[in-house]
Amino acid sequence: MKTSETLTEKEITPEFVEKERKRRNLRESLTGYAMISPWLLGFFGLIIGPMIYSFILSFTDYDMLSAPQWTGFSNYVELFTNDPRFIQSLQATFTFVVIAIPLKLAFSLFLALLFNTGRKGSGIFTTIYYVPSIIGGSVAISVVWRQMFGRDGAVNTILDAWGLDTISFFGNSSAAMSILVILIVWQFGAPMIIFLAGLRQIPDDLYEAASVDGAGIVRKFIKVTIPMLTPIIFFNLVMETINGFMTFTQAFLITGGGPRDSTLFYAVYLYEVAFEFLNMGYASAMAWILLVIIGAFTLLIFKSSTFWVHYD
Amino acid sequence: MNRRTTLSDVIYYTFVIAFSFLMLYPILWMFGTSFKPETEVFSNAASLIPMDWDWLNYPEGWDGFGGVGFDVFFRNSLFVTGSVVIGSLLSCSIVAYGFARINFRFRKLLFACLISTVLLPIQIILVPQYLLFEQLNWVNTFYPLIVPHFLGGTPFFIFLLIQFIRGIPRELDEAAIIDGCSRFGVFWRIVLPLLKPALVTVAIFAFMWSWDDFLTPLIYLNSVEVQTVSLGLRNFMDAKAGTSWGPLLAMSSLSLLPQFILFLFFQRYLVEGIATTGIK
Repeated sequence: MKTSETLTEKEITPEFVEKERKRRNLRESLTGYAMISPWLLGFFGLIIGPMIYSFILSFTDYDMLSAPQWTGFSNYVELFTNDPRFIQSLQATFTFVVIAIPLKLAFSLFLALLFNTGRKGSGIFTTIYYVPSIIGGSVAISVVWRQMFGRDGAVNTILDAWGLDTISFFGNSSAAMSILVILIVWQFGAPMIIFLAGLRQIPDDLYEAASVDGAGIVRKFIKVTIPMLTPIIFFNLVMETINGFMTFTQAFLITGGGPRDSTLFYAVYLYEVAFEFLNMGYASAMAWILLVIIGAFTLLIFKSSTFWVHYD
Repeated sequence: MNRRTTLSDVIYYTFVIAFSFLMLYPILWMFGTSFKPETEVFSNAASLIPMDWDWLNYPEGWDGFGGVGFDVFFRNSLFVTGSVVIGSLLSCSIVAYGFARINFRFRKLLFACLISTVLLPIQIILVPQYLLFEQLNWVNTFYPLIVPHFLGGTPFFIFLLIQFIRGIPRELDEAAIIDGCSRFGVFWRIVLPLLKPALVTVAIFAFMWSWDDFLTPLIYLNSVEVQTVSLGLRNFMDAKAGTSWGPLLAMSSLSLLPQFILFLFFQRYLVEGIATTGIK
């Protein structure tokens, strides 16, 4: 085949150029698709396909032994009208997210501000504070929590030594919720690092200008730091909220959803329905409700962001 | 500029150091208690240092339960995690190059799809994926844990690499193409070597998350010979909690060891990787 370099001038007509351009675009497209093909396969085969299947399953009764039975909306109706454990799981999850996530973000922002004061050694301390974020979701830490907060565990020993009443962490609803909140807040290192990176991007001249105008530390914080940081606050809020809704391992292992379902988080109940009761249709309906809830929350944060997130 | 007040420094360092201790207490406690004899786990519960050192907790825990020891779990975990790291590096880097550099049709639409899956809750695909893998007879094999990662299973990694490739000058690609290099050649010889720091970040995150993963093994690995460390540890806990805390905490400590070692050597990559997620 002739290539453009070997053509004589006569042969380079506008039609030829156009054809050549199209041919190149097609080749470029094909190369592009070849390169993203692993992801395309995964996206359609492991995400979109399964999502469609799960949507259909959510209108059926399916126990994996016999073929799925079409039951219309009955899974959804059942969930909201006749399943107190489902309502309880919603309540527990919301309580958890609403308490744990703001606390976690407050901690991470506070420490990021502290480390941004430019004192020596902040690198070592940020690293130390980041360690729990890495291992906090592990089974090992769940083992530790179970022992530390046990009847005769480390925490009760300390309370006792200080002359305080010991607490039955696994027998008391709010205490059980608290130890899970503590575990999540303990992992504030990752959002803290993101806040710190954001703080370091705020230009110094903004602070200098504020100083010239006679602003003190508090005023600078309210008028410069917070507005400049809102995109990062927004990002952390979205990510942490979504992760909060999906909390599974810790509740499953530490409290097992108890006592009396007080920490039966959504993901834990969904796991039980799907893989212990083998109620796949019902679990699919729950998965779609979770997607809608998370979507609604994310949308709410996005919509509200126009009022409080400041972009340059 | 000299600091005027040293008082604020004193308060700062006192707080930051005391708080470090509080943050690390559960981890130090775990290591300390893993050397305590069983009676001391309760009689000396809050202390970080054992009065009597019991080294035997480690060999006792290593033997596991029901005839299967932690050597099996560690071997399985290393195999799974190693495969996940390799799969993530290969698939995510080439996909990222495609998205970052090549103008194919529907690129914008597909990129939007990619970004939307970063936030997709895993629960939505848990059940149908299980049914799919069950049809393929993949239950009790490592495939469900590994194969998705060869198919760009963590969109966050692809996104991270796209950002990094965008920082590499396009002129390098173009010069190589003029010299007769193919697109794959450019990717393999020019971009991949420059991508090394970002690939290290991906490898470490992939290792950390795969090593820690509990939900996927819980769903797919029922027989004890194929279980990973996280799942083995959970079953060990169910079998031993209340009776042998020492060996249980010894194995807990050991299960975190690979992550600690990695963190010690590569913490800069992790911190930078996390920091860039929010900024870009």
